Amino acid sequence: MKALLALLRRELLLLWRQRGEPLIAVAFFLLAALVFAFGAGPDAVLLQRIAPGVLWVSALFAVVLSLERIFEADLADGALDQLALSLPLPLVVAVKALVHWLGSGFLLLLAAPLVALAYDLAWPLWSTLLLTLLLGTPSLSLIGTVVAATALGARRGGVLIPLLALPLSLPVLILGVTAIDATAVDIDADAHLLLLGAALLFALPLSLVAAPAALRQALEAG
Amino acid sequence: MQRFANPGRFLRLADAVMPWAAIAATALILLGLYLGLCVAPADYQQGDTVRIMYVHVPAAWMALSGYVFIAVVSAVALVWRHPLAHLVAKAASPLGAAFTFLALVTGSLWGKPTWGTWWVWDGRLTSVLVLFFLYLGHMALYGAFDDERRGQKAAAILALVGAVNLPIIKFSVDWWTTLHQPASVFRLEGPTIDPQMLWPLLVTALGFMAYFLALVLLRAKQEVLSQRARALALLSAGG
Amino acid sequence: MSAIDAFFHMGGYAAYVWPAIGLTLLVLLGFVVTSVIRLRRTRRHLAALEATRSRQKAAP
Repeated sequence: MKALLALLRRELLLLWRQRGEPLIAVAFFLLAALVFAFGAGPDAVLLQRIAPGVLWVSALFAVVLSLERIFEADLADGALDQLALSLPLPLVVAVKALVHWLGSGFLLLLAAPLVALAYDLAWPLWSTLLLTLLLGTPSLSLIGTVVAATALGARRGGVLIPLLALPLSLPVLILGVTAIDATAVDIDADAHLLLLGAALLFALPLSLVAAPAALRQALEAG
Repeated sequence: MQRFANPGRFLRLADAVMPWAAIAATALILLGLYLGLCVAPADYQQGDTVRIMYVHVPAAWMALSGYVFIAVVSAVALVWRHPLAHLVAKAASPLGAAFTFLALVTGSLWGKPTWGTWWVWDGRLTSVLVLFFLYLGHMALYGAFDDERRGQKAAAILALVGAVNLPIIKFSVDWWTTLHQPASVFRLEGPTIDPQMLWPLLVTALGFMAYFLALVLLRAKQEVLSQRARALALLSAGG
Repeated sequence: MSAIDAFFHMGGYAAYVWPAIGLTLLVLLGFVVTSVIRLRRTRRHLAALEATRSRQKAAP
């Protein structure tokens, strides 16, 4: 238990020390939303219509592009071996995913209102938007941890990780966007949100099994 | 299965099976094409374009089966640590990707005259497109590491994770496509499918499977020999 | 229109059906060709390495 708290503290400290990186991810999220707007044109009606998609795609890209740093530092300074010895790997993965989410999905939850305002997202949709982000982004961090562990130490990890992570993240994206779209046409989004919750419950055991397996491979090889 | 852990035995098995698989593949595919192009009737709605289905559907089946095959072989590689399993998975990946590519292109060629556009956001076609990217990621992992074996293991893990996610991805794609168009575009499986249409499908599908077997063995053989060559090169360099 | 002509005409959809079939055969055959070439190349490479290795062993 002490080791768990120590790891959590270490990761949070690292996150804070390198807080520039999560902030860049947020900046990227905002920029991506801006770029979409330029691409779509200044038609306010159109922008309002595509807002859920833009929000979720920008969030997805921001999360996926920040995955490389999950294990980056540990690989560089050889701390990975220490981590594996100090705690069972599933716990390590859980802490890593949680801290990653704090530095990505959680921040995006706070930044999303800015984009929602810019796109004039209808007020009734805001709660659905935030709920989908709250339920969906942790899944993205969990899936992302698996991908980051699998691609750990690869050449061109920067492009490889998104290539691997995006297809696996599609269900979360689809459920998130369709939930907001449903609310927009007065359809109950409960089914969507339940499915998002189910996806999270599914991602948990999957990632806590797959990511440790991938980490073990990385440790064996290194 | 453990008997074939010995590379030599595996190569002998491959050499024994390959010619038969190749013959079966050629015969079945040609027969399937004949049945589909000449014997089967034109569809009363879609006309002769429906004949594209006789390659499109089996290709899509192979795209999916190929990935499942890779996932199973990857599980064998990781759990039972079968030394040759990784090589079989590596050999199969480009084949699966090729069938996926064919399913996509033939799907487009079928869709254009039938529905007017080169791409249709239909459930099956879109799922196959996602599957294509899963294949690409899998293939990319093999060459992404300096250590050959690390790449193999990473690819195996990804194959399993991807396979587990496949039903979820299919479900969510269907969820997405049925939102605005309730009708599925490539609906051909009615309550009674004309048996004259079923035979070409099955025969071609079997032919593709035999082809897959023949080529996986051929490519796996090449991987085994290649691995042997790399080991020898290291030895020679060591002196 | 004779039977052969009708066959090639494919009810007017020849431009779609034949490229689809053709591409399929092209890809399937193409894979065979490239796989066989790769195998031959690997065999030659392996043979060369084995020859070098036996020379190394013979003259230490």
